[in-house]
Amino acid sequence: MTALLRTEGVSKAYGGVQALSGCSIQVERGSIAGLIGPNGSGKTTLFNMITGYGRVDSGDVYLNDTKITSLAPDKVFALGIGRTFQLTRVFSRLTVMENMIVAAHHKERSGQTGRFRNPFARAGGAATRKRAMELLEFTGIAKLAGDRAETLSYGQRKLLELSYVLIAEPEIILLDEPAGGVNPTLIGTISERIRALNRGGTTFLIVEHNMEFVMGLCDQVTVLDYGNAVVSGPPDTIRNDRRVLDAYLGSAEEDDDSSAA
Amino acid sequence: MRSLALWRAAGLAVLLAVAALIPLAGNVELTQVSVLVLMYVGAAVAWNIFSGFTGYISLGAAVFFGTGVYTVALITKHLNLVGGVVFALYPLGGLAAAVVAVPFGLVALRVRRHTFVVVTIAVFFIFQLMASNFSWTGGAVGIIPQYLNWDQATVYNPFYYTALLIAVAAIVLAWAIWGSRFGLQLRAIRDDEDRARGLGVKTMRVKLTAFVISGFITGTLGGLYFYFQSDALPQYAFNPFFDLTIALMAFLGGFGTLAGPIFGALLLEPYLGWAQQQVTNTYVAQIVLGALFLIVIIFLPRGILPTVGEKLTAFRAYRRRRAAERGAGPPPGLPVGATAAGSPGPTTRSAS
Repeated sequence: MTALLRTEGVSKAYGGVQALSGCSIQVERGSIAGLIGPNGSGKTTLFNMITGYGRVDSGDVYLNDTKITSLAPDKVFALGIGRTFQLTRVFSRLTVMENMIVAAHHKERSGQTGRFRNPFARAGGAATRKRAMELLEFTGIAKLAGDRAETLSYGQRKLLELSYVLIAEPEIILLDEPAGGVNPTLIGTISERIRALNRGGTTFLIVEHNMEFVMGLCDQVTVLDYGNAVVSGPPDTIRNDRRVLDAYLGSAEEDDDSSAA
Repeated sequence: MRSLALWRAAGLAVLLAVAALIPLAGNVELTQVSVLVLMYVGAAVAWNIFSGFTGYISLGAAVFFGTGVYTVALITKHLNLVGGVVFALYPLGGLAAAVVAVPFGLVALRVRRHTFVVVTIAVFFIFQLMASNFSWTGGAVGIIPQYLNWDQATVYNPFYYTALLIAVAAIVLAWAIWGSRFGLQLRAIRDDEDRARGLGVKTMRVKLTAFVISGFITGTLGGLYFYFQSDALPQYAFNPFFDLTIALMAFLGGFGTLAGPIFGALLLEPYLGWAQQQVTNTYVAQIVLGALFLIVIIFLPRGILPTVGEKLTAFRAYRRRRAAERGAGPPPGLPVGATAAGSPGPTTRSAS
């Protein structure tokens, strides 16, 4: 058992809709794992269940063989799981730098000694700001550090979200459609950055509809359909799997997912 | 940047000096009105520390205020206190309000937006009803302090300087919180609470802390108000009008900014005091206030200061652009509009 993150039979229903039914996946330490499947197959729900945004109906989530099922989002984050959202979520009226500092609090605190903290200490010490600048340079939005996040373009917000998740140095990062709605050049940048971080030891689990992106980046791809993991394997195997073609292409009237082609 | 900070410091020093000199003018009425103005400055700033920074609109600040009023009233009544010693009790009013803020916050802060507003109003009415119905609060008759046997010419001076001290302390505190790690967490909650939680911000604890701080300042002002007004009555200590007024002050000046609530209070409270003297029926002033609230929410949702600041930035950018055009002239073959679009334009008008 070397899986860094795994789910075992996770189920979740919203009203009458069974979004996940006994979903089990595994993400190996140091890998870039992909999660694909048609719209409504439960990918984002699975992300929410792992990161504490909602309670699991049944089943369990493990990080490093420790049960983390239905922990609150702040606790999950503190344990080393960072995530981004499909529709990017940044703090729009804070500056880019302030966004970074909010995410760095956890890290700053763990570095301090003693119980007492000055609550009125200025936000973000020199070390944090330096680290934040390095990361913003890494993702290519350093020149926007002083701008309010609401002035950023969609793609820039995606990069900011990735940057501020990185500052907390999570063991594993869950990316929900990092390439969605982003121009091709930026997609190249994002994928390059993910690879670089992965070489540095960060594990990734990526939900994405852009097949070229997923197949080119991931070591292992899991396919979700109707809230279940139907198949898992290296990209080449997945590409030719009958069940994948069924799930994605299906019959003509089911095919509502143009980006999956 | 350096010179701007210097100008600001100088401006603040002048303001503070003027404020400190007001009672020396010897005008009793002016001092009396100014006490209320300063109290509203303090209350609006306190309200803003919680509601402005987090975006949780509370209409329950009068709960803290009234708790402060009654705490000091009950202590002075039972201990038979009179004179300057009562001034030492005001922080106890704040302390009692802070204690009330904990269960109040634990209940109300579970819900957001409109639901939160409704819960704060409900809690407010519970407190008002308790004050007018319990026997130990004096019921509808309330509590009246012993007569203050001070010189009528300067009787309001101690109240004035206490109110000034509280207001300045509240402003300094708000400023310290704004730039701190704590303040940043509050503002992150305002923008996206769930996301903040997902980045390790302990949202409930952070919100509750701000709520308690806000309650403490407001309660201290309540304690001051009891002795200043010489009564603790349910309808004035727990006054729905108070809730609306401080919220309006913050909205008018600039919701969630540092200077906004101060500006709003300085603008609005003198008007209210004046209006109450002009018309015998106080409800006229209240109707005007209600109408003003609607106008501000609809036409100036971000408040005067942010809107003016935005217009100024836009104007400066316009002037810079004009200067650049005069200096260099538009490059040949390019329409004028292209130069304008390329230069730094006014800050984007953000979503209101």
